[in-house]
Amino acid sequence: MQFFLDAFRWLLDPANYVPGAQNPFPIQDRIGEHLLYTVVSVVIAASIALPLGFYIGHTGRGRQLVIGFTGGMRALPTLGLLMALFVIVGATVPFTRAAFVASIIALVILAIPSILAGAYAGVESVDSQTVDAGRASGMTELQVLTQIEIPLSLPLIIGGVRASVLQVIATAVIASYISLGGLGSIISSGIGLNDNNRILGGAILVTVLALVVDGIFALAQRLTRRRGSSGSRAQKTHVRGRSLRPVTVAETPADERNN
Amino acid sequence: MIEFQNISKRFPGGTLAVDDFSLVLPSHKATVFVGSSGSGKTTLLRMIDPTAGRVLIDGEDISGLNPVLLRRRIGYVLQATGLLPHRRVVDNIATVPRLNGVPKRVARRDALTLLDTVGLDRSLAERYPDQLSGGQQQRVGVARALASDPDILLMDEPFGAVDPIVRAELQVELNRLQRELGKTTMFVTHDIDEAFAIADQVVIFRTGGVIAQVGTPAEILANPADDFVATFIGADRGKRTLHLQHREGDSATLIVDGDGRPAGILGADR
Ligand SMILES: Nc1ncnc2c1ncn2[C@@H]1O[C@H](COP(=O)(O)OP(=O)(O)O)[C@@H](O)[C@H]1O
Ligand SMILES: [Mg+2]
Repeated sequence: MQFFLDAFRWLLDPANYVPGAQNPFPIQDRIGEHLLYTVVSVVIAASIALPLGFYIGHTGRGRQLVIGFTGGMRALPTLGLLMALFVIVGATVPFTRAAFVASIIALVILAIPSILAGAYAGVESVDSQTVDAGRASGMTELQVLTQIEIPLSLPLIIGGVRASVLQVIATAVIASYISLGGLGSIISSGIGLNDNNRILGGAILVTVLALVVDGIFALAQRLTRRRGSSGSRAQKTHVRGRSLRPVTVAETPADERNN
Repeated sequence: MIEFQNISKRFPGGTLAVDDFSLVLPSHKATVFVGSSGSGKTTLLRMIDPTAGRVLIDGEDISGLNPVLLRRRIGYVLQATGLLPHRRVVDNIATVPRLNGVPKRVARRDALTLLDTVGLDRSLAERYPDQLSGGQQQRVGVARALASDPDILLMDEPFGAVDPIVRAELQVELNRLQRELGKTTMFVTHDIDEAFAIADQVVIFRTGGVIAQVGTPAEILANPADDFVATFIGADRGKRTLHLQHREGDSATLIVDGDGRPAGILGADR
């Protein structure tokens, strides 16, 4: 218990927030970096995985291939991947940027499967009669996607992004292994100095950051859940079983592989 | 006028759903396709890409037309689930005009008028489909199909999911609309009573999209082409001998069953 009290006292110590302080301080800069890595990698992952997921969900094409592929991506150990990328990327870009580029690539690869699963499982789950009705009204395939399938599966789509954001926040900590910033650098400096306050305080910061971001996503899902949303029910179980590794969306493709 | 010329349809799986089907659907009349499940009715109604043969609308071969634009010219009423669950009633009705580029305000205003047309209160406009009864949903479906003022109305078992009383109401209402609007209507059902209640022209199907008999309800009732038709219309069953009954001062002809109960109405004002 004393550990925790000390860590909280450390967290509240204004000295740790003074701008220009010695690395890994000030804390707010490390939080900012952590969020930056998260946003950059999730945005890149989403811009790849969402269109691909929509395409698969809408056409039903390429499903087996992508399920197998993302399954493989999930199995990759992120730390090993990061090290390998660091070496490979380090051969082509300057050292200072190599850490950033390698970390972002590793995090993008980590983030893609959940977003992809949410997108295609969501679009696929929309009632085929509703989709048919759109077509019968004279919607183009793109209009069916944007006016029916995406609005009705938005909670599931956001659920996929939510899962991947949480994974990235938790995993971005390891970026400090290749001398990158973020909250991981507070923890690793604590390990180096045998300073429990830094280790525990850093861990608490990562946890709180994850919970806050998760709460924002939960709210977004609630706001986008509407009449006829295909995600309405799965969504509820998801919120109840909230953890740093949300499982509902992530496991959908595994279930479907058995069909 | 819709003309089917030697239409066949083979699905990729190999099922020959329709085999060499030819028929003319006269303009401004209701043609009802009736037959047991799997006889190819829906396939014909959706016949935008036949495997063989031609479909002509007012003499124009539709194979040369863009399917999306063609659908926007045709009103289509599906079963109860066809409404978009995430859009309000008024926006559901405005779907096709909005796709055709009509400004939102105008499309919504027209949608309110259509609520009147199909006999629904305007206070329902801001509701979502799941806040309506099955019969109300179906009326919204009809209003949506009418919204772009199409010449052609396609209805695929539209009243299949509502109870018999509401169903009878909707049939009467559809007859009124048909009198007022004179659409070229193609209506699919597996219920022969419904067919007789709505049709100017009835087409009775065997399996494989093969016509057993075409004619007005009166013709078919009076002269079933064969045993299949006789069995199908129930004329051979003693429990229900249908006959026609004229009423004074009313242009409609009533179909009355063996117990004297009305079973439907034939061609008012025609
Ligand atoms: N998309 C499809 N692919 C393969 N076979 C189909 C398809 N749609 C319908 N069929 C088959 O075509 C036949 C006619 O079906 P349908 O036109 O739906 O009949 P109905 O509407 O009279 O019940 C059936 O044997 C059905 O199984
Ligand atoms: Mg059918």
